[in-house]
Amino acid sequence: MNEHDVHTDPGAITELTDAATHQHTKVAPDGSSIGYKARKTLRIRVELQRQIRRRRTQLVLGFLVLLPFILALSFEIGQASPNRRSGGFVDLATASGINFVVLTLFVSGSFLLPMIVALFFGDTIASEASWSSLKYLLAAPIPRHRLLRQKAIASGILSFFALALLPAVALGVGVLWYGAGEVVSPTGEAAPFADGVLGVALAVCYIAINLFWVAGLALFLSVSTDAPLGAVGGTVLVSILSQILDQIQPLEDLRNYLPTHYAMAWADLLSTDVDWSEMTRGTFSALVYGGIFTLLAARRFKTKDVTS
Amino acid sequence: MSRLSRLRGRWTIPALIVVLALVAGGVYFTRSGDDPVAVPFKEAKIDAPESPDSTQTVTIETRLYLPRQTPAPAIMLAHGFGGSLRSVHTQAEEFARRGFVVLTWSARGFGRSTGQIALNSLDREVRDAQKLLDFLGTRDEVLKDSGGDPRVGVTGASYGGALSLLLAGVDKRVDTLVPVITYNDPAQALLPNSALATPRSDSTPAATAFSEDGVFKRSWAGIFFSAGMTSIDLSSPTGEAPEMGQTEANQPAEQAPGGNSGAGSQPPPTPSLGACGRFTPEVCAAYTEVATTGRASQQTLALLRKSSPVAVTDQIKQPTMLVQGEQDTLFGLDQSDATARQITEAGGKVKMVWYAGGHDGGNPGAALRGEIADWMAFHLQHKGTDPGTGFEYTVQGAFRSSGTPSLRTVVAPSYPGLSGAATERRTVKLSGREQVAVNPAGGNPAAISNLPGLGSALSRSSAISSRLSIDLPGQAAVFTSEALDSQLLLTGSSTVRLRVARGDQNSGEAILFAKLYDVSADGTRVLPGSAVAPFRVALPPDGSAAEVAVTLPPAVRPVESAHKLALVVSTTDQAFANAEQPAAYKISLASEDLSVPVVPGRNVTTGFPMSALWGIVIALLVLIGAGVIAMFRRRLAHDSDPSLSEVPLVISGLTKSYPGGLTAVRDLSFRVEHGQVLGLLGPNGAGKTTTLRMVMGLIHPTEGNIRVFGHKVTPGAPVLSRIGSFVEGSGFLPHLSGAANLRLYWAATGRPLEEAHIEEALEIAGLGDAVHRRVRTYSQGMRQRLAIAQAMLGLPDLLILDEPTNGLDPPQIHQMREVLRRYAAAGRTVLVSSHLLAEVEQTCSHVVVMHKGQLVAAGEVADIAAGGGEATFRVDSPSKAADVLRGLEGVHDVHEDEGAVHASMNGVPRAAALSALVAAGVAVDQAGPRRRLEDAFLELVGE
Repeated sequence: MNEHDVHTDPGAITELTDAATHQHTKVAPDGSSIGYKARKTLRIRVELQRQIRRRRTQLVLGFLVLLPFILALSFEIGQASPNRRSGGFVDLATASGINFVVLTLFVSGSFLLPMIVALFFGDTIASEASWSSLKYLLAAPIPRHRLLRQKAIASGILSFFALALLPAVALGVGVLWYGAGEVVSPTGEAAPFADGVLGVALAVCYIAINLFWVAGLALFLSVSTDAPLGAVGGTVLVSILSQILDQIQPLEDLRNYLPTHYAMAWADLLSTDVDWSEMTRGTFSALVYGGIFTLLAARRFKTKDVTS
Repeated sequence: MSRLSRLRGRWTIPALIVVLALVAGGVYFTRSGDDPVAVPFKEAKIDAPESPDSTQTVTIETRLYLPRQTPAPAIMLAHGFGGSLRSVHTQAEEFARRGFVVLTWSARGFGRSTGQIALNSLDREVRDAQKLLDFLGTRDEVLKDSGGDPRVGVTGASYGGALSLLLAGVDKRVDTLVPVITYNDPAQALLPNSALATPRSDSTPAATAFSEDGVFKRSWAGIFFSAGMTSIDLSSPTGEAPEMGQTEANQPAEQAPGGNSGAGSQPPPTPSLGACGRFTPEVCAAYTEVATTGRASQQTLALLRKSSPVAVTDQIKQPTMLVQGEQDTLFGLDQSDATARQITEAGGKVKMVWYAGGHDGGNPGAALRGEIADWMAFHLQHKGTDPGTGFEYTVQGAFRSSGTPSLRTVVAPSYPGLSGAATERRTVKLSGREQVAVNPAGGNPAAISNLPGLGSALSRSSAISSRLSIDLPGQAAVFTSEALDSQLLLTGSSTVRLRVARGDQNSGEAILFAKLYDVSADGTRVLPGSAVAPFRVALPPDGSAAEVAVTLPPAVRPVESAHKLALVVSTTDQAFANAEQPAAYKISLASEDLSVPVVPGRNVTTGFPMSALWGIVIALLVLIGAGVIAMFRRRLAHDSDPSLSEVPLVISGLTKSYPGGLTAVRDLSFRVEHGQVLGLLGPNGAGKTTTLRMVMGLIHPTEGNIRVFGHKVTPGAPVLSRIGSFVEGSGFLPHLSGAANLRLYWAATGRPLEEAHIEEALEIAGLGDAVHRRVRTYSQGMRQRLAIAQAMLGLPDLLILDEPTNGLDPPQIHQMREVLRRYAAAGRTVLVSSHLLAEVEQTCSHVVVMHKGQLVAAGEVADIAAGGGEATFRVDSPSKAADVLRGLEGVHDVHEDEGAVHASMNGVPRAAALSALVAAGVAVDQAGPRRRLEDAFLELVGE
């Protein structure tokens, strides 16, 4: 089909103007046309449709499905080498299906999961800005706070789905490869398989809460820039910086103030008597950072001039 | 309001700096309280008799650390072997900060105390300590139970721990004691024998055989002895043991020989070194005997017994907390087990703590030292909760996320077998046929299990040291279990029964070493605690087998499922005095049952940190509060003017300035009435798009306001639902088709689908089959058409189009004009911006001309175009023509231009003026209405 086939049939104009003549806008007291309700704009389902059909969403989710297979395969290939089990950590990974899930979460916890959350949250407003579609959504009008909220919720749903998808697939792969045996905790404690599943489920919830700060920061950068890459990359960069600083031992307990400091606290969930203290602190830290960034994002977006 | 927001913008960076400074200040404030202050201490020299009836004295150097408040209970803190009062300085300060008077001293033969080392002899060192108790009884700073009886607790590690037991046994003035990593019986510690001819059913988890005539632990004994020779402490662990909740390895404490010294100290004087160093001749002779023969005479045993806590443990009634290390091949867990049994039998109360350190693993860490201080506080000051008489042990996991092993502490209500039920034991089946193990001549080469002395260097890598073990082929018999089907948490000393027979004529008695490995599925072996159980067994001369029960070294080890246990019985071990004669032994299992102790308990978890919990609650409340406040502010923001409810657009006094001084729109006011097609005309950069963006609520005006149908426009104002807009380019999701884009856009508005008229709008776009292709494949023109169709969705009352004809070809432009005119005719209003005059003239009924953000002209296109009766004549001579026109009745406002003359005709027909000009001989090239719009526009563009 080429440009020459693009034309407006004169009949179409008549149809439109007829429709316009016959349809008189009824106006609500707030000045809107009847049928428009701010609370019905950009429903979650609609936003999810907009996002799920994107290639990047499909690629990320696909990768998360693939990752456990790649890990399991690499263990299989590595089996030929006698030095396979060099550290205690990898030793645990193949102990049971649950331990494989723990390994998967552990290796993806420092970079992959924050990056995915940063992608979903950082891209959400900035990509609309880069497509110039943001102004039309705002002029629809979707109130700004609602646009931000609905997009944040949709990103949250996608992020949580991604966070849950990875361990779910890993569990399947792990059970298939290593069986549904006892889970061995980092502290050398064994627990039944069912407890392990529950522990992993709680761990996913904790990770989701802990990554709230990433979500907040990504959202803030997303409303601050029109470049999706800037928002996502900036967030990942801050996360990496925080992890690097967390490795600097002379900082001592100053490191407790780093947002990533409690990122691995979910490992406590794998023992029978769960120590909640680290996770409580991690939740608090994430809530404070996430809350500040989210409020900053909301304020920034409310007062921002949308020019793209 | 707008000025406020501008101020806010300007204040953002200073505000950020203030916030950062506050945060940094808060962080600094919360941390500055931690800086420890030096605790004052007094030094004193105290003389004590050299021996009970001697007139000679030894001088003991002491330090008395004073807390803030006195009188306070006292703690006597004894140092380890090779140390001095300087090596316990830090711990003394810690106790003093907890409110205790702390007395430290150098035992005789150590530090600057005079005298000779008698190995905690009841007649010597213990009497010295009693003298110190007398001293405490005279001090006003020390709280007294009565008269000269000070309230005092005694603690110390290793050598000092033994002293605490001995002192508590002989002197009732001691109120409580905490012996740390110490021995019960030095003869058993240095000459252990783990074999029992007849099995004994011990009810405690870590009880070992403690049989007579043991095998000399020569490496450790040598290190211990040399520590007394040189005052250089090789035997005490350096650094701290890892603790639960730590995230990285402890840095080894920088220690000079003699330990962490405290203020104003100098290194102790170099001792005069003889073959016996600072030992008493008796101790020296005993060591020499054992070291050369590998066996202890009765005399030596008697000497050791005089220094042995086992001699007095039946006298200890004071509450006792025993702290023993799980990484300790010198004084293992069995030593504290024996002490606990003996004290309990005598009626004392015991709390048992096993931590992840010891002579191979490090001193107690901060948390355990705190626990010791808590114990002292409860028993001496009656402060805090009762530490009880339970049993704690630390389990070291395999998982290492940050270089340190992860630990957990398990708590059982009591040390099993002391008073309640006996220790639970699991049976693991071992298998293996009879094997022959050979002892090489001279006992060399020998198997390696641990590296005494180096153990402290390896303390932070006990996982490495426990993998160092080497068994030499031919020198060991191996018996292996099946793979475990669930985890087994070994806690204490396993027992096994073995049969040993002569393998040749040389072997009259056998020295053998039993160890229990944890073997993972891939064959990696770990020797828990690096510990071995040496045993000596006499073999019947007839070649029949001697049957012995062997108690394996106590350890704490989680053996994972699928792992195996392997019992190795070897003929040699590097750390012990091996048999010199070459020999062979036949070794087999007397019973295939390996009895493994387990102590169930619950994991210690630190409770919820309440501050963090409150923090969570407060953070949530703040977030909810912010949301609620924002909601109310939005509710209050609504503003409408009913008198303007029929006017599609009123802009008044609109100004938009950007920080940096650029003013895009300045004091702009105009109205758009119902049914108009209004053209907003101006060159690029005139502020048209900025104005339209403000109308859509995308940009916040600096001044002035915009009303659409009477409602003030704010971002997201509901009245915007009556506007359809296309401003500065299309905005579509490139991964979706055109049709899907429009449907999803309409879905995003949340309005009923039947109001949308998507089909009609798509017809207007006229994209044909292309509507089902992805938008990313569209040309500029196609996107433009789709965007205009999107603006028309829902048939808005006010249609705002910014440069709608850009990128369209002439036929399409023509159609677009048609669409707009007819749309307005159908009872709607259209606002079009353009930089092309012709465009506006042909499309619009009304026009607003803008330049540099300001209004230049406004009105009907026809009016402005026609210029209200003005005429323009293009002539060869403007000045002459002007004269002629001025001469005509009614014509005024005549002015000349280059090649033209303009005049207000005021009712005079242009034909009349034309004939007058021709009559006057002026050559007229062209005559017509003056095109003011064009003039104005050209003037602007020309600039």
